[in-house]
Amino acid sequence: MQNSSTIWKYGNDINTDMLFPGKYTYTCSTAEEIKPHLLEDLDPNFAKNVKPGDIIFAGTNFGCGSSREQPALGLRAVGIKAIVAKSFARIFYRAAINQGLLLIECPEAVDAYTEGASVDLDIEKGEIKIDDSIFHFPTLPPEILAIRDAGGLLEYTRQKLAQ
Amino acid sequence: MRKTFAEKLLAIKAGLNEVVPGQIVTVKPEHLLTHDNTAAIIGKIEDELNQYGVVNPALSVIVLDHVVPAANEKTAANHKKIREFVKRHGIKHFYDAGEGICHQVTIEKGLAIPGTIIVGSDSHTCSYGALGVFSTGIDRTEAAALMLTGETWLKVPQSIKITLSGEFKFPVTAKDLVLQIIGDIKADGANYCAVEFHGDIHNLSIEDRITIANMGVEMGAKVAVFPVDELTEEYLEGIDVVRGSYEKIWADADAEYLCELRYDLSKLEPVVAKPHTVDNLAKMEEVEGIPIDQCLVGTCTNGRIGDIEIAATILNGKKVHPDVRLLILPASRSIYNEAIEKGYFKLLSQAGAIILPPGCGPCLGAHMGVLAPGEKCLSTANRNFKGRMGCKEAEIFLASPATVAVSAVEGKITDPRNKV
Repeated sequence: MQNSSTIWKYGNDINTDMLFPGKYTYTCSTAEEIKPHLLEDLDPNFAKNVKPGDIIFAGTNFGCGSSREQPALGLRAVGIKAIVAKSFARIFYRAAINQGLLLIECPEAVDAYTEGASVDLDIEKGEIKIDDSIFHFPTLPPEILAIRDAGGLLEYTRQKLAQ
Repeated sequence: MRKTFAEKLLAIKAGLNEVVPGQIVTVKPEHLLTHDNTAAIIGKIEDELNQYGVVNPALSVIVLDHVVPAANEKTAANHKKIREFVKRHGIKHFYDAGEGICHQVTIEKGLAIPGTIIVGSDSHTCSYGALGVFSTGIDRTEAAALMLTGETWLKVPQSIKITLSGEFKFPVTAKDLVLQIIGDIKADGANYCAVEFHGDIHNLSIEDRITIANMGVEMGAKVAVFPVDELTEEYLEGIDVVRGSYEKIWADADAEYLCELRYDLSKLEPVVAKPHTVDNLAKMEEVEGIPIDQCLVGTCTNGRIGDIEIAATILNGKKVHPDVRLLILPASRSIYNEAIEKGYFKLLSQAGAIILPPGCGPCLGAHMGVLAPGEKCLSTANRNFKGRMGCKEAEIFLASPATVAVSAVEGKITDPRNKV
């Protein structure tokens, strides 16, 4: 992994209001509108400093709460390479697939990560290496992988409609 | 045999003999719910809508409720865009600002039919489980794709069985039960799962069931569902849904569950969810006496006539504490009208409450009733996340309508058992 990538580490139950405050839900819809408010009430440094290739580590139930998709859309737009968490809330899980954002459910990797550890992610192999420990994560079922690999559900739907 | 509600319903809907948890199935939901976010949804697929149109004008249920009446130019423009879309594509089920909160309106208009699938770009779409509907929240992008194709995928969930016995002892109500369950199993306790309610269901009104199903998502559930019983059938008949016109799908007695829980309703106590998570449960002794600045009775969780009746009865002849603003937020126009007819709004207004139009606004900090830094709100809503009511330095406590109404008079969190 490139040394320039930053790992952002958060705790359990990171909810949708922390990821993107509800008060902006009906005024910010595009990636450019969403980006400055990402994680605003959780970590004011995130939106300022996040860059493509960064990875988020988190505990259980990441993305719980609202069905608002701005968190998934925004995190994909700023170039988050993957979110590695112990578990994800289900609406967020779908939203991420639909935005083409990679989620990795791997509690062991989250427990193994400490600040400053090197992180190496091999998506093809389904492997995440933290310092010298290798952890495997399951790949998605083919039906779902097709959506993510198309770049998200809208692209997938466009391709399907065009057939 | 040995099948859960979710396994049976999804097998039928997917046209398969049987399905097992973890299996991915393709389904065509009967309805797709969207609200003010319809503007953003159609904005994603303008070219496709021009080229292909919507797949079915009867699929969408669109209710303007989140920021109503419009708060500013941007939200007004969103509403206008949605009205134009509705006309252009002949959307059959459209309810404009003032009709109510989408979940209540969908139920009242007879669109939440037992045995059907409803998906909605709102996390509290799980509310219709109260009527035996497989209903769950999705994101905007998925709603956009559904408008074009009418189908989506669902993973067959594992199920959790919660068996209820006995009756509530007022002022303990359904809200106390669901807060207790979430406090026990935590915010991710039912993640990806279907939660089935069994046992003495006949002791729970339809309103109680909606309150409980509504908060299914706060324990992570995909669906939270009740069996269709005589009460359900009577309720549906009252809103012109003919008996026998729907499927009464329910789990087999020997179905397999991920886990089973039991609650004796007569033994429950009033409880409060403390900031900033719904599972941060407290007994009254722990929170009693905390001064509050704002109270909210209403929302899709507790904005039905029974909830307003409780507040009006408690506030009758009393005054809201001078340091408190009490907001009343009915869930629909029909509830609003009934509250006028029954005199509840007069009692509440005379007591010093502020009656708001039906809608979602304050609950998510989108419109009206926003909190200031350092303020505390006691609310009957379903979420108390940091920043939820528009201010990250404010605190939200969740409780039942009885607890909120009693506390509004006292100016501090108060055990309703001592006052009613």
